[in-house]
Amino acid sequence: MYIGILALQGDFAKHQEMLAMLGQDTMLVRTRQELELCAGLIIPGGESTTLSLLLNKHTLRDAIIRFAGEKPVFGTCAGSILLSRSVVKDPVESLGLIDAVIERNAYGRQIDSFIDDIDVRLNGNVQKVEGFFIRAPKIISIGKGVVPLAWHQGNIVMAEQNNILIATFHPELTKNPAVHNYFLKKIKP
Amino acid sequence: MKDANDIKLKIGLAEMLKGGVIMDVTTPEQAKIAQDAGAVAVMALERIPADIRAHGGVARMSDPTVIKAIQKVVSIPVMAKCRIGHFAEAQVLQALGIDFIDESEVLTPADEEFHVDKWKFKVPFVCGCRDLGEALRRIAEGAAMIRTKGEAGSGNIVEAVRHMRKVQSGIKKITVLGDEELVTEAKNLGAPVELVREVKKLGKLPVPNFSAGGVATPADASLMMQLGAETVFVGSGIFKSSDPALRAKAIVDATTHYMDFDLIARVSEGLGEAMPGLEIAAIPEAERMANRGW
Repeated sequence: MYIGILALQGDFAKHQEMLAMLGQDTMLVRTRQELELCAGLIIPGGESTTLSLLLNKHTLRDAIIRFAGEKPVFGTCAGSILLSRSVVKDPVESLGLIDAVIERNAYGRQIDSFIDDIDVRLNGNVQKVEGFFIRAPKIISIGKGVVPLAWHQGNIVMAEQNNILIATFHPELTKNPAVHNYFLKKIKP
Repeated sequence: MKDANDIKLKIGLAEMLKGGVIMDVTTPEQAKIAQDAGAVAVMALERIPADIRAHGGVARMSDPTVIKAIQKVVSIPVMAKCRIGHFAEAQVLQALGIDFIDESEVLTPADEEFHVDKWKFKVPFVCGCRDLGEALRRIAEGAAMIRTKGEAGSGNIVEAVRHMRKVQSGIKKITVLGDEELVTEAKNLGAPVELVREVKKLGKLPVPNFSAGGVATPADASLMMQLGAETVFVGSGIFKSSDPALRAKAIVDATTHYMDFDLIARVSEGLGEAMPGLEIAAIPEAERMANRGW
């Protein structure tokens, strides 16, 4: 069983390293054919403007929307922007798979990027995760069906709606597999 | 490494740019073309390297007016160049909110002995190199990304290939050395032994390794990716060609799908004229940009 990692651009190799550490087979996804072989998909961090453009160019947009109808999808940072229903400030065409409104580059430019510990609630247990916020977005609001899972200074930074999971930070840049483990539990072999 | 959190954050941004193309632009219009073509970042310049070469004289940091105009029209990261060793230009670029500073040999060096102490900055730096020793010296100074120097503005890929191969063969050599050989290897490379040990442990550089200098075609981009580059900078190659938007898109495709040769063949069709190139031997030694820095 493969977990796909969208590899059009971004830190896909970091997600791959994390899943390898967990003993999970991965497939770098650049085409629809590769996507079809996967049991779940991760959309990595990167540049959401670029990723959105490349999704259209490689006719992956509809394929991912269909894929998400039955299988889990996890997006970090740029991935969380692409999965959201609506994007404000420098809008990009998103996939609209989770009922959330998200603001791009909400903390500012790279000099405003930061690392801070955040409390993540996974399966009822709260644990500390090192949060990398790199030109990060902010989740402005969520719909009724969306469950918040982590906060930073009052802002929701991680949330899920059924099989869709988003984080505005980068658990793949840490050595802590808690968030990836949580995502893997959503996947049915 | 010192300032562990800071450097992790800086390298983090470099990770986000992987698998993409970073394009040199001189106007907001060019920046839009680059972003719409799929660039992951733009390098805001007053003149592209081919024109700097043709123009001669002292090349300096860009006018902030140019940088701010470009920052206004794109949502992708904006990079800019400072002269080697010119930490005040770097301080100004940081104040302007630049996302990545390139301490670049394309500009006229301001200091012939010392590069910028990049640890002092919150903004990440990329630096050029010709071999592993030079790469590790720049990382020791706090660079969060390394790129080959190539020969900027030449439209000739030969120097970028030489530099990438030298870095890669230097890394391969270290991975097979015994621990007792590492201090001598560090001395030969002119690099700190801690970084040499780290390269042995990782089997690669501790920061992302990009390619720059001389990329003019989709196949050039694929070549550099196959040689181990993680992202490609394109300077003069796009806006010195006859159809910049089309060529920019083709180079983005060839970088994403660098092993899909049917696709690269397809996107290479009908691109019009590539930039006119220069034979490296025809560039006088004193005018070669790659020789700046140490």
